[in-house]
Amino acid sequence: MSQSPSDTLTTADGVPLKVSLRRAVRRSKFKALLLVSPLLAFLIIAFVMPILDMLWRSVDNPEVSTRLSRTVEALEGWDGESLPGEPVFAALVADLREGQEARDLGLLSSRLNYEKSGMRSAISRTARRLGNLEPPYREALIEINDSWGELSTWKLIERESSPYTLSYYLAAMDRQLSPEGEIVKVPDYLEIHVALFWRTFWMSAVITGLTLLLGYPIAYLLANLPLRHSNLLMILVLLPFWTSLLVRTTTWIAILQSQGVLNDMMVAIGVIADEARWQMIHNKTGTIVAMTHILLPFMILPLYSVMKTIPPSYMRAARSLGGKPILSFRRVYFPLTIPGIAAGGILVFILAIGYYITPALVGGQSGRFITNYIAYHMQTSLNWGLAAAIASILLLVVIVFYLVFNRLIGVDKVKLG
Amino acid sequence: MAIPSYATRGERLWHYVFLGLCALIFLFLVGPLLVIIPLSFNAEPYFTFSEAMLRLDPAGYSLRWYEDFFTSSEWLGAIKNSFIIGIASTLLATVLGTLAALGLSSRHMPARGAIMALLISPMIVPLIISAAAMFFFFSKVNLAQTYPGVILAHTALGIPFVVITVTATLSSFDTTLIRAAHSLGANPARTFFKVVLPLVTPGVVSGALFAFITSFDEVVVVLFIAGPEQRTMPIQMWSGIREQISPTILAVATLLVLLSMLLLTTLELLRRRGERLRGVSPG
Amino acid sequence: MKQTHRILRKGTLSAAVALVGMSGLGLSATAQAETLNIVSWGGAYSMSQQKAYHEPWMEMNGDEIVNIDRSGNALAGLRAQSQAGNVTWDLVDMLPADAMIACAEGLIEPLDHDALLADAPDGTPPGEDFVDGALGECFVASIVYSNIVAFNTEMFPEDNQPSTIADVFDLENFPGKRTLLRKPINNLEWALVADGVAPEDVYDVLETEEGIQRAFAKLDTIKDEVIWWEEGAQPPQLLADQEVAFGSAYNGRIFNAMVTENQPFEIIWDAQVFELDGWVVPTGKLDKVKDYLHFATDTQRLADQAKYISYGPARKSSSQFVSTHAETGIEMEPHMPTYGPNFATAIPKDDEFWADYNDELTQRFDAWLAQ
Repeated sequence: MSQSPSDTLTTADGVPLKVSLRRAVRRSKFKALLLVSPLLAFLIIAFVMPILDMLWRSVDNPEVSTRLSRTVEALEGWDGESLPGEPVFAALVADLREGQEARDLGLLSSRLNYEKSGMRSAISRTARRLGNLEPPYREALIEINDSWGELSTWKLIERESSPYTLSYYLAAMDRQLSPEGEIVKVPDYLEIHVALFWRTFWMSAVITGLTLLLGYPIAYLLANLPLRHSNLLMILVLLPFWTSLLVRTTTWIAILQSQGVLNDMMVAIGVIADEARWQMIHNKTGTIVAMTHILLPFMILPLYSVMKTIPPSYMRAARSLGGKPILSFRRVYFPLTIPGIAAGGILVFILAIGYYITPALVGGQSGRFITNYIAYHMQTSLNWGLAAAIASILLLVVIVFYLVFNRLIGVDKVKLG
Repeated sequence: MAIPSYATRGERLWHYVFLGLCALIFLFLVGPLLVIIPLSFNAEPYFTFSEAMLRLDPAGYSLRWYEDFFTSSEWLGAIKNSFIIGIASTLLATVLGTLAALGLSSRHMPARGAIMALLISPMIVPLIISAAAMFFFFSKVNLAQTYPGVILAHTALGIPFVVITVTATLSSFDTTLIRAAHSLGANPARTFFKVVLPLVTPGVVSGALFAFITSFDEVVVVLFIAGPEQRTMPIQMWSGIREQISPTILAVATLLVLLSMLLLTTLELLRRRGERLRGVSPG
Repeated sequence: MKQTHRILRKGTLSAAVALVGMSGLGLSATAQAETLNIVSWGGAYSMSQQKAYHEPWMEMNGDEIVNIDRSGNALAGLRAQSQAGNVTWDLVDMLPADAMIACAEGLIEPLDHDALLADAPDGTPPGEDFVDGALGECFVASIVYSNIVAFNTEMFPEDNQPSTIADVFDLENFPGKRTLLRKPINNLEWALVADGVAPEDVYDVLETEEGIQRAFAKLDTIKDEVIWWEEGAQPPQLLADQEVAFGSAYNGRIFNAMVTENQPFEIIWDAQVFELDGWVVPTGKLDKVKDYLHFATDTQRLADQAKYISYGPARKSSSQFVSTHAETGIEMEPHMPTYGPNFATAIPKDDEFWADYNDELTQRFDAWLAQ
């Protein structure tokens, strides 16, 4: 399609309008990006890079490859059928000697001890006695510690000699590598993580269900009251939302514990005997009650904003067409609220599976979440690789739900307060 | 929610049952917060109502836990830390977040959805994961156990709230007002200060309040990356609850409930002001 | 005998005070007043350190000592600080098992004990004066403490009070809830002893799969009656509230509740698992804290600490100075883990065993709890 110049719209200074508009758009695009960029840069440094660093740490495996570099090299070409020969043992002695001088064998021995209990003392005992060790080293080392005479020790060193490993992920899924190199389940008595993941999901689902059950009527009431009244009642929903998480958890301890307010009340009015007080805290019940309370506003608010948009005339129309109340609700009103249910449900579920403080304080043994195990590996067992692997798996689950949420509702639709 | 005139008796009954149910749920929501207020005046070191309290005997009540709180250097130090960290991270989050929200609300913002998803993510990623990740990373760059480290972490956590509230305010912002101001002879600076700023301020302030309360209430990240010098109030409460529950915690909790009431009132006033300024009827 | 001890004590005490005063003067002339960040366990234990070492030291040379209650996570803290290249802790109180790991990772300083520490008043070098295992490559013990099970005497009739570790596992004769540490440590040892293993064979048995199974099987018999604790303050609290009949605890905490709060508790010393606890110096801090360390581990200071808490001093020469409780004036010796009758069936905690097996057994223990 050809166009004569005279047909083209131009601005006052003679630039074609199209070009000028495009320029203006480009300029405002650039301006918008410029405004966002400081925050983007900040978040990338303070948030995204830490997360990437954690992901990297979950596969990072420097201990064997750097601290036993000579041994790893000497092990190349080993048949894996019988104990390695003297050169390998000599290399091990050289590596340990160097490590002992630099005093950095600790991480190596911890790393190997995760995979095979007993390696910590094997290495530290051996390192202490290196001073006056004479060749042949093979006999000498086996004499110091039996572990050096076991095939599995050498297979372990060979296996973990690569600078990256999947063994933290395997451990996080209660799996391990057999000496033959196959992925197998750990013995029953060591299975813990998978069960904790399931428990976290299952209890979060229960909590989500409860918040829906309790939140739906409230949202309905708020959406159908005149604004004057609903504003007042909305404050009752927002007050807990604005109150410190620790305060809310503390109140539940005060109410639910066996010498607490609720039990005292029950004893006072004779519902239960003094000796038979209910155990409502430091177990699943405690976690579920406290978390339902804490997360309830996150369910009510999205439900409310959806219900607010449903004209009351719909229900009236349904009724006037002869629908029974229950039927009209089920066929007309309820389907319209499904977006709100989805938004609130996913939001509550995502928040619930990541909760740490409340389960740690009121969950006792049976109300513990996988997050508590991340904290345990971070602070107590100091198996940071495993903590990173568990956290990465949890993060993946959260991201999947987040993307679903984003697709269904759109994060920019989230409203606060 | 009036009962329609055509309602049957069954429906009327259901209506009242429904209201009763709602009342119970409201009790569940707010009751716990109200229970601890009288408990914090307990004269005994217990977490429950003593007989003297139930008899309304003045001897059963005392201010000793408040005294404990206000005379304890640990608690006071923790409050100071909470305010230092809270205010610094709020300022940072508000400035960065407001700028970004201005950009995001431009019609020509490229990749808006993806960028928004990224900016909101600190709110969605479980705190324990952020805390672990920041612990690893901040340790490497010498930020762990320092004030700047904690402030940066809390800024990241507060940003989503600022971005959400300010974008929401801007999306309801009527751009014709700017043109109107121009046409009436106001220069750009005057337009910004006299027209744009007053309309956007309520959103910015409520975003800032959200950011502040996020930092003020945050335990997990501080637990992981803070050193003993950065001990905040939530940390003090956390260790108090875990180790030895003393009613001092209830006194603190009561003060915090009062604080949240104060914040909530401020927010509500801001919201109304915003609506009035924009000409939306408060209803 | 006791009489002479007391007289002796008085004499040496004043001599020691004079000596310390003099050395203190000498120190304050050379050293600038500093702030020392000292990490410890908190509660009554930190208080005893405060009274016995911190306060005299601060008075002597004007240093300020800041107590940080982080020993429970000391290893994690040391690692993080050393990674961050920003070590803020100057001296850390930790368990020898953790010290072994920290030492192997190069997080803490190796110590030349004879050069760093004070001789006993009679001139015995530290290497001979400290009890066995008290001086590790990077570690110097200050106390001997013990993990014991205590019970509330009011929960049982007077003619049927428990006395052995087997009674803790005997629900028939001694019913009621128990509270135990939510870790395999101590519990597995006690389960085996209750099941008939001799205290000295416990760790040999635990190194076998059958032994571990046997221990867990024994724990199974009381599992339903156990409330698991995690913070040291919990068991005395639970015992006092009569929420439990038995509780495992650190002996010092129970002693404190008995003596200062008059709680009706009694300690079952049978099969006590005792271990040492003491100081380590984060890498790079030795120059800063070595004068303090010298002071805080001398014979008199360790004896003084026993006035405030019932943990035994880690120096042999200190025991003769151990006297009475500072507040109540009761004789401390019978409350010490190392006191003869208490010590008869004691199990020394095997740090090397736990360094090797703690990770695996903790996971196994958690899995067992979750069943």
